[in-house]
Amino acid sequence: MSGLSEPQSTGLWRIAALANPSAFMRLSGKFLPWLAALTAILFAAGLTMAFRAPPDYQQGETVRIMFIHVPAAWLSMACYSLIAISSAGYLIWRHPLADVSAKAAAPIGATFTLLALITGSLWGKPMWGAYWVWDARLTSVLILFFLYLGLIALRQAIDEPGRAGRAAAILSLIGAVNIPIIKFSVNWWNTLHQPASVIRAGGPTIHPALLMPLLVMAIAFTVLFIALHMKAMRAEILRRRCEAMIAIHVRGDGRQAQPDGTAVSHV
Amino acid sequence: MNAFLALIGRDLRLAIRQGSAVGTALGFYLVAVSIIPLGLGPDLNLLSRIAPGILWISFLLSAVLSVDALFQEDRDDGSLDALFIGPLPAELIAASKSLAHWVTTCLPLIVITPLAGLLLNIEPASLPKLLAALLAGTAGISFVAGAGAALTLGLRKGALLLPLLILPLFTPFLIFGVGAMAASPGAFEQSILLLFALSVFSVAAMPFAAALALRLGLE
Repeated sequence: MSGLSEPQSTGLWRIAALANPSAFMRLSGKFLPWLAALTAILFAAGLTMAFRAPPDYQQGETVRIMFIHVPAAWLSMACYSLIAISSAGYLIWRHPLADVSAKAAAPIGATFTLLALITGSLWGKPMWGAYWVWDARLTSVLILFFLYLGLIALRQAIDEPGRAGRAAAILSLIGAVNIPIIKFSVNWWNTLHQPASVIRAGGPTIHPALLMPLLVMAIAFTVLFIALHMKAMRAEILRRRCEAMIAIHVRGDGRQAQPDGTAVSHV
Repeated sequence: MNAFLALIGRDLRLAIRQGSAVGTALGFYLVAVSIIPLGLGPDLNLLSRIAPGILWISFLLSAVLSVDALFQEDRDDGSLDALFIGPLPAELIAASKSLAHWVTTCLPLIVITPLAGLLLNIEPASLPKLLAALLAGTAGISFVAGAGAALTLGLRKGALLLPLLILPLFTPFLIFGVGAMAASPGAFEQSILLLFALSVFSVAAMPFAAALALRLGLE
């Protein structure tokens, strides 16, 4: 790491300063209440707009499911991208905060993916006549959900946190490389196996009256995700500090845990 | 290169002289194929229609379950540590293991596939297509599974975890493998080319992931 701290690489220095766990704890502690308040306001506005939006001429009232479904689906993918970026950061720079970020994001992403699947199938019942059809998008989101489950399961199967983090990072990069291929193959499969028996409702463009609530809800979900992720990262950092303190206490030597938690992170 | 070939030769000799792992994979494949008609009923028309799908799925399951032991024995008796000290980079060690898995498990499974297809009343005309698709795609399967085996090396729940990690990644192989059987013109050529592309990509990329995971596992 000493190679990064050359005087000319001030940009990297700044990022490194932000990535310090105690700096993160301080900053995120300041931001989190504001983020939570912003989330509440955006959701209040978005949900009000969603319920006051006119029903779709084709889909009727069920179109309101879209205001939950589409942001959840978008976040399910954004969250996996975040995990992949964090994992790459962890594998390359071994930065503990990147691992904390990847670990904290996985259950949140899995939850959003599940939410997208459930709302999708609830929407599918009135639209397609079945809770589940092997539509290309549904199928690829389902596989994304399995990838999330695999990530969480792999992390849980390894006791030692440092090893678990790197194994999960490798797996999430394998998944990130494969997701576009899976998506392409599922699209190909669907067009091959499914002739135009299921006619997708919904016009070519979304009417502005429906688009505005959707955008507000998408922003609300995104801010909610950032808040949840920040909170989960804080919890994870605190958990690691606790573990390190317990370990030092059990060992019984006089060494102090560093207050910024750096001794904790390199387990 | 010599070390690479020697390592493959060693794995092949081990597989031939021990024999049990290959036999188990073959047995699993046949049991998996023959248990499905018991659940679906003996309708030969139905079976012959879904035979390619059943064969591919059984094939993937056999490959995943047999790959679990890919690095296990070498790790347990210490030869994996010895290999890592040797001149061969970790990526090539992982690649040779995956290649040995393809030769010792996937090839015998492909050889036995006509027999399994017979059980399912597969159309004789589609059998060569199926074998070609298996030959094109299974190299990639061995390499993806090799990365998964390296990741779960030495874990308590590894045997159960591995299919959860790896089977979603097999989606493209399964789709194009069964797609090669489609009646539409050009579907076969297109699927075979895509399977080749998948295999080439996996052979090129997966050893790096496997090597990272192996280094982690040996720490």
